[in-house]
Amino acid sequence: MALDKSEVEKIAQLARLHISEADADEVANRITDILALIDQMQSIDTESVEPMAHPLDAVQRLRVDEITESDHRDEFQTLAPETQDGLYLVPKVIE
Amino acid sequence: MIEKTAAELSQALANGEISSVELTQSYLDRIKKYNEELNSYITVCEESALVQAKEADKKRVHSDSSPLLGIPLAHKDIFCTNGVTTTCGSRMLHNFIAPYDATVVGKFNDAGVVMLGKTNMDEFAMGSSNETSFFGPVRNPWDTNRVPGGSSGGSAAAVAADLCAMATGTDTGGSIRQPAAFCGITGFKPSYGRVSRWGMIAFASSLDQAGPLTKSAEDAALMTNVMAGLDKKDSTSIDKPVEDYTATLNDSLEGLKIGIPKQHFAEGLTADVEKGIQEALCEYEKLGASITEVDLPNNHLSVSAYYVVAPAEASANLSRYDGVRYGYRCANPVDLEDMYNRTRSEGFGEEVKRRILVGTYALSAGYYDAYYRKAQKIRRLIKNDFVETFKEVDVIIGPTSPHTAFELGTKTDPVTMYLEDIYTIAVNLAGLPAISIPAGIANGLPLGMQIVGRDFGEAKILNVAHQFQQQTDWHRQKPNFGQET
Repeated sequence: MALDKSEVEKIAQLARLHISEADADEVANRITDILALIDQMQSIDTESVEPMAHPLDAVQRLRVDEITESDHRDEFQTLAPETQDGLYLVPKVIE
Repeated sequence: MIEKTAAELSQALANGEISSVELTQSYLDRIKKYNEELNSYITVCEESALVQAKEADKKRVHSDSSPLLGIPLAHKDIFCTNGVTTTCGSRMLHNFIAPYDATVVGKFNDAGVVMLGKTNMDEFAMGSSNETSFFGPVRNPWDTNRVPGGSSGGSAAAVAADLCAMATGTDTGGSIRQPAAFCGITGFKPSYGRVSRWGMIAFASSLDQAGPLTKSAEDAALMTNVMAGLDKKDSTSIDKPVEDYTATLNDSLEGLKIGIPKQHFAEGLTADVEKGIQEALCEYEKLGASITEVDLPNNHLSVSAYYVVAPAEASANLSRYDGVRYGYRCANPVDLEDMYNRTRSEGFGEEVKRRILVGTYALSAGYYDAYYRKAQKIRRLIKNDFVETFKEVDVIIGPTSPHTAFELGTKTDPVTMYLEDIYTIAVNLAGLPAISIPAGIANGLPLGMQIVGRDFGEAKILNVAHQFQQQTDWHRQKPNFGQET
């Protein structure tokens, strides 16, 4: 399946990535090549095959819903680009 | 001393021939001298390493006899290390100082192992040559114009050049085994879920697995003894008792059944590598093993299925990098949307962005069944091939890579690079354990042999690898780089 520039822009928007106008064709070509590689698997009939989500078919282990973590807010906030009064700051969303 | 295996160093430390402080200092000196050229370390922890070494020497006086006590190791920069920069080879995390230790890191600390630093890698472990790192490529000590393989290229080069005694790595599609093959060392990927992924930065969660890069199979067993085990903090880690992987290293291989997949000796395999592997197989026959050809009919679909599963899971895992809580944020964003878009576009490199786009496409509305679900079905077929084969044989052996290390900058097309992992990827899709060990030298470059085992067949693989290393000295061969007389 070949992707064109506008489809790449649409996917980039979904992935929150910006692809410059100058790069869009190149990116579309590379991804088209990768999709051609991927499409090799389409030739196999898998109608009756059960999909495998986990290599050992293990199921998710559950635990009791109780708090086990301690509070590290201050420590974690030192890693953030911008914080104020214990909150993470982002550009203004609502005027 | 620095060229010795961890097992030998352990002996030397126990006998008092050398202290951990002296040993650590000699590795630090070598790093200072040679790392600039190899670029195998992103961060070197000189001070804390010497503190840990002193601590280890003290513990030894108090008769602590943990086998890896005081041995200097390097961690791939994908493992979170408390208080130490953890970059994952990316600009996105170039300033990220991890606030906690990964489970694997904690286990080595508890075992008294000394951390020399953090090794270079392909960005977010996406690559087979270590050329996608934001911190520049790593060079192969066997020939500095060549790549060390990837993504654990820094770990492999550091072990091969004696810039550490042993190292950790991670393997999603071959990222431990292929660099081990290119650098002439031993690299072991345990079964999926055997080692905790907690604190290991996620790439593709249903495939990622941590393991050791070492100078021998015995060292790999010693490291796996420390790394393996259930971790309640990783819901995919497996609740199965951990064996002592050193206990069966010396078992006889008399009667061992080895399967040789015809698909691994087909078109694309270079003559040099094929010859090396055939000679290695003769060694196994001498040890009493029998060899039969086996069929993995769906092996050729593994790269296709992988390049759906891995990018799809990566696109979800990497959505967390939004410039809000940690890591890189673009300068002067005009609004929230602009901040997300520019942070991610400037913070990620080309290959990472490419894979996020492929994964986003595969998971987008209308395509899920055709791509992700289809790939999961192919994954089942690939696993079934192995299940059938392991009814007939004990281990599967073949080349790790179709060729030896290639030159930097020569594989610029992504699809060509993806096909690098043609012999290793199926193993990840099936969740099986596999090791790469040195099996020869062709035109001055090491070549690797892969041994694949059954689910949780770690002990058998290590036994099979160790027995080969008792008969041959390929794992003792050293590059000329950094040799001091």
